[in-house]
Amino acid sequence: MVPLQNYLILGAILFSLSIVGIVINRKNLIILLMAIELMLLAVNMNFVAFSSFLSDPSGQIFVFFVLTVAAAEAAIGLAILVILFRKTQSIDVDDIQTLKG
Amino acid sequence: MQISELTFYFFSVILIIGATRVITARNPVHAVMFLVLTFFTAACIWVTLEAEFLAIVLVLVYVGAVMVLFIFVVMMLDINKEIEKKKYWKWLLPILIIFGVMLLEMFLVLSERTLGIGRDQIASNKGLDYSNTKELGRLIYTEYVYAFEIAAVILLVAIVAAIALTLRVRDNKKIVNVSDQVGVDSINRIRLVSDLEPETNVQNNEEK
Repeated sequence: MVPLQNYLILGAILFSLSIVGIVINRKNLIILLMAIELMLLAVNMNFVAFSSFLSDPSGQIFVFFVLTVAAAEAAIGLAILVILFRKTQSIDVDDIQTLKG
Repeated sequence: MQISELTFYFFSVILIIGATRVITARNPVHAVMFLVLTFFTAACIWVTLEAEFLAIVLVLVYVGAVMVLFIFVVMMLDINKEIEKKKYWKWLLPILIIFGVMLLEMFLVLSERTLGIGRDQIASNKGLDYSNTKELGRLIYTEYVYAFEIAAVILLVAIVAAIALTLRVRDNKKIVNVSDQVGVDSINRIRLVSDLEPETNVQNNEEK
């Protein structure tokens, strides 16, 4: 049987990879949003692993809510991205400061 | 090596390769495709963890809806000529150091001695008639019903916000004003242009 630690370490690797992605992808807001989705997936992986190993389905309920919030965040983030591209013809993170006001 | 371990390591390798390609791909469309692969593999791992409902939700909601939204935006924006093929590679060394330190810390925290949860507590002793979906539904509609309603409100706010952000009103649109159209009088509705009764026609126009 696969021990719990393997699942947690897999989640840790995913989380760290997405942080690397956020740092090296600041030219491209879309890939940055994808890195945030990866980060939420890593957290969900930990939730599901703990829920399964502790035989407590409440952890899976939290994954359900995290998925809900992640979908909302992706929708709003992509809407902001579309406006940013319409205004500045670019999706660089550095151009977001022109959106104030 | 048991078949369950073999499956886990197979899926883990695919998952990590997919995640690495997501953050290093030059073309955003390729990045979205690798993200789809990553989510699908994560759903496979969740099935082996006996979380069948969430695995199906991950495939249906994420791969089916959110990833399609990403692909839609990537292709709509036409950024292929826009993006200079440059990433912040000069930040790679410091972030790799942070990556290593974070992994080391998490390994230490999550080790078997620290956590106190071993390998023998896996809950595989559920009966044949155990239904993951039924159990989750019972929990959502009893213990977590308020959180469930708040989640519904969050989704509604997301819908309204996304539409309100991207709505663009053009000036040259010929939009019918519904209240004017409903509240019209019969006197405004017909205007006689023929010369059958010229007096009343003029009178009507003066009343307006």
